[in-house]
Amino acid sequence: MAGFDHAPPPFFKRGPAPLALLTFYTLLSLAIFVVDLRFRGLDLLRQSVALVVDPVQRVAQTPGSLVDYARNYLQGMQSLQRDNDELRHAKLSTAPNLLRLEQLEAENDRLRKLLVVNEREKAKGQVAQILYTARDPFSRKVIVDKGQQSGIVAGQPAIDEAGVVGQVTRVFPFSAEITLISDKDQAVPVQIVRTGQRSVVFGLGNGQLELRYMPANADVQVGDVLVTSGLDSVYLQGYPVAKVVNIERDSAYSFARIFSEPIAGVENFGEVMVLDPRQPLPPAPPAAKGRGSDGSDKPGLRPKKKRAARGN
Amino acid sequence: MQPTFSSSRILLPVRPWFIYLSLIVALLLNFLPTAHWPGIPDWVALVLCFWSVREFRRVGMGWAFVLGLLMDVADGAVLGQHCFAYVILAFTTASLSRRVLWFPLLQQALQVLPLLLLTQVIQALMRLAVGAEFPGWGYFVGPLIASLLWVPLTFILLLPQYQPVEQNPDRPI
Repeated sequence: MAGFDHAPPPFFKRGPAPLALLTFYTLLSLAIFVVDLRFRGLDLLRQSVALVVDPVQRVAQTPGSLVDYARNYLQGMQSLQRDNDELRHAKLSTAPNLLRLEQLEAENDRLRKLLVVNEREKAKGQVAQILYTARDPFSRKVIVDKGQQSGIVAGQPAIDEAGVVGQVTRVFPFSAEITLISDKDQAVPVQIVRTGQRSVVFGLGNGQLELRYMPANADVQVGDVLVTSGLDSVYLQGYPVAKVVNIERDSAYSFARIFSEPIAGVENFGEVMVLDPRQPLPPAPPAAKGRGSDGSDKPGLRPKKKRAARGN
Repeated sequence: MQPTFSSSRILLPVRPWFIYLSLIVALLLNFLPTAHWPGIPDWVALVLCFWSVREFRRVGMGWAFVLGLLMDVADGAVLGQHCFAYVILAFTTASLSRRVLWFPLLQQALQVLPLLLLTQVIQALMRLAVGAEFPGWGYFVGPLIASLLWVPLTFILLLPQYQPVEQNPDRPI
């Protein structure tokens, strides 16, 4: 307190006492910390501050993007030609499948109509450029260049050419924040392609994903591909999410620890496709009495919670 | 005011616009893409610390709070994280300012190091308490570099306040 004590005597007007100010500001900070984290009630404040900060931040990013631009420019004819050839080759090699895809989709629609099954949703969206990664070292998020002005809303999934990248979590007037699937506890409902088993994959925060709540003897192998199951109302069915890289089966725990790595270039820069929100799902049927759901879900509930607490 | 207590040079009074300018430049430095490199200091915390050691009547906790809010939004962090840490930083540096300024510059840097480290630790604790992933020890290297930068920073930020060393013999006082 030396600094304040050696100040001139208090008959000069100097505003509130330092301790009072400290109490006021720390309480205010803690209050907005809790409100922002638990109640998400400060989005308006965040958006209005972002309106000022965002242009400045984009300007600050320009030196980096200029360097990138120059590098691309100087990359030269040869590599461009090589890329071009490769792309043409890839186009040709995928042509047999692609050409039949339309016909297959049409046929699928017709068959589904015949069987009175609902049509599969078609994926639509808009391409957005990743501007920069958020500076926060505690989370994995990127900022893209489309926001409320382009009709982006929170909750839309983002994919790249290989698979699911993440989900829009905050929308600003001219930009949006995408939380990557590798962010801690970011959940994606998935399905194992080989067996068709449903589960949920969680981000670990270190670049890997974990398939939680799978029994120790579950039929999962290293190399299994996980795709979105489409059971949430967020992700469409069938987008690749991750590939299993490591399985630890310890009989001391009731669940296996299954680690996987994202298939999409989650940590890459470039462009992502922000998919439009899904059409609302049909209303859930009335709860069945004493069948299936009771037998399998309820006993599992308690250990799940315990495990989740320990895992964190 | 003198640069340090042992110095015989008297500084000119600080100009408020220079304080604002330096804080804005610090914000810009924080927004640069270099922020992801390991060991890059939190420039806003450093400059804020400097001014609240030097001029705690001008740059106080209110400024710390506003800068913290800007950094929170720019980072995409939880609102209030930087605010809290910066307010604590402003308070502790202001309270310790006489003591810090007593030392020569290199030892000032040593005095400032724990304060800057404290801001990082507070932020890390706040986020870890609500379930974030530990960001790695690289997160705490920034303050070490920042305290190494204390000496050049003092020189640069005090430049507008220095007056010529040679005295005019005809001066009345």
